[in-house]
Amino acid sequence: MEKSVYLEMFYQMVVIRRLEDAAAQLYQQGKIGGFLHLYIGQEAVSTGLISPRKPQDRVITAYRDHGVAINCGLSSNEVMAELLGKATGCTKGKGGSMHMADVKKNFWGGHAIVGAHLPLAAGLALGDQYQGSDGVTICMFGDGATNIGYFHEGVNLSKVWKLPVLWVCENNLYGMGTTVERASAVSEIRQKAEGYGIPNERVDGMDILAVRRASAKALDYVRAGSGPYFLEIITYRFRGHSMGDPERYRQAEEVKCWQEENDPIGFYHKHLVDNGIASADELAALDRKAAQEIAEAVRFAESSPEPAPEALWEHIYTE
Amino acid sequence: MPRITMREAISQALWEEMERDPKVFILGEEVGVWGGTYAVTKGFYDHFGEKRVKDTPIAEAAIIGAAIGAAMTGQRPVAELMTINFAFSAMDHIVNEAAKLHYMFAGQFVLPMVIRAVGGGGRQLGATHSQTPDAVFAHFPGLKVVSPGTPEDAKGLLKAAIRSDDPVLFIEHATMYQVRGEVPDGDFVIPIGKSKVQRPGKDVTIVTYSKGLEISLKAAEVLAKEGIEVEIVDLRSLRPLDMEPVIESFKKTNRAVIVEEGWKSYGVGSEVAARIYEQAFDYVDAPVKRVAQKEVPLPYNRTLEQLALPQIADVIQAVKEVL
Repeated sequence: MEKSVYLEMFYQMVVIRRLEDAAAQLYQQGKIGGFLHLYIGQEAVSTGLISPRKPQDRVITAYRDHGVAINCGLSSNEVMAELLGKATGCTKGKGGSMHMADVKKNFWGGHAIVGAHLPLAAGLALGDQYQGSDGVTICMFGDGATNIGYFHEGVNLSKVWKLPVLWVCENNLYGMGTTVERASAVSEIRQKAEGYGIPNERVDGMDILAVRRASAKALDYVRAGSGPYFLEIITYRFRGHSMGDPERYRQAEEVKCWQEENDPIGFYHKHLVDNGIASADELAALDRKAAQEIAEAVRFAESSPEPAPEALWEHIYTE
Repeated sequence: MPRITMREAISQALWEEMERDPKVFILGEEVGVWGGTYAVTKGFYDHFGEKRVKDTPIAEAAIIGAAIGAAMTGQRPVAELMTINFAFSAMDHIVNEAAKLHYMFAGQFVLPMVIRAVGGGGRQLGATHSQTPDAVFAHFPGLKVVSPGTPEDAKGLLKAAIRSDDPVLFIEHATMYQVRGEVPDGDFVIPIGKSKVQRPGKDVTIVTYSKGLEISLKAAEVLAKEGIEVEIVDLRSLRPLDMEPVIESFKKTNRAVIVEEGWKSYGVGSEVAARIYEQAFDYVDAPVKRVAQKEVPLPYNRTLEQLALPQIADVIQAVKEVL
């Protein structure tokens, strides 16, 4: 792999981390409304997953979507502006934190009803199959989504119709405040894919290179016309489910342990330096660049205009 | 003009649109090999093949969800729900996804899709399979809700729905597939969102659609013999709702009866009556009457079922009450 790819992935991860930190502050200042689900701790999952995709590969995810948006190539400016509900946001202030998208970047959203986007992903893949495209639809969702009917309907259909879709469960061990063991009949989520006869793999989501390898392999498999593939990626969110989560369901020591010993950015940083791929100075420079980018994004978002009142009536129908 | 059945009209619209545009395809339960449980897609599978006539699992969220996704990629799916009662299993995908994605993503996602659903009671299918929940779906901005009452409208409106870039819920009445009517030859499209006067008259305005049109036309015949001329306005589309012909008629008759098969509370009649009062209050000569289904889950027993459904006699009585 080229050095530039290693560095690009590192850069995207630190951009996401800094973007989320800034978003948390803006939320506490009352500048971001509604829900805010931070991706801190899970950066390696979507960064590693999306890194090997081809331009024709679609990405669709759940509501924890800011990081995914960045990985798909949306600018920090338009992501931050959307968080602030501004007209310059990627969905012009109509969607907010949970509903980001950019069709031109093949990013098909941010969907906030748990599991409901899985049948949509099957449909995106059906469209590609119908058109004879070799694009793969990458569909990300949380562990909690695997207990709802939509998951089973969508995953079953993908196998029956041999759809070109890569299912990706981000297992961060909790669906809101409920542990996987308390909500799911099987604690290894990949077993659910096994039940549908879909090849699957469990991956360490704190190791970005492992995620990237698994993703590249899975994309090749699906692209070859072999039908769906399923990845369960084990990860951990360092912050609450959303802002304002009192986190009564887990011990502070548990979180601290993950943050200190399993930080995906720290882990990757060490790997890059230890293996002589990049120097600590180079990485520090990238981090400073990311900090500048996010500071600029905050300035851009804060100085952007509110949507015009007429926007209220736009886009209800096409005509 | 040839007289054909509602079933033939719908079938022709689908067939012609599939011939016209390769992006159009059908998916649903038993639409293919079986030929459609109401035989609307009979012969389609053999002609168009498995790729364009897709049998699905009995999984309504997957059917509608997959239709949405495929529409987002530029296809024009026509998803069939065997009955509208099964739409509740796909409720999230209809009202929370199909109706909202275009708006919520600031126009980036376009959903040129149709959901065909069979609704209505009168076939002794019991409470869970006999509902007319049209007003529920018409409640949601972002969705278009169409329900024809004649074969001509069925064909022209279904073609318009398939060509529309917005999601359209197209509701067919289960007991009307054998209804015959004149349908023009060849390709024609009836724009969605235009109410139509189906019978001219001067004494009372009847506002109705779908099955209500059938019983209102029969009631009108009886009333005509007594010298009462009702004007029947067929809404044809519940969202968008075109009140113009309704108001125009009401300003002439100053009296209105609204006939629908769904329940009265929070129904189509409630909406239309409210709009009449809002837009033509000065013309009101009598309280607007609503004829609708009795507010019970529809029973299986034929006598009880018919007791609950609006009848021709109910329409006649309501017309006489407003006169």
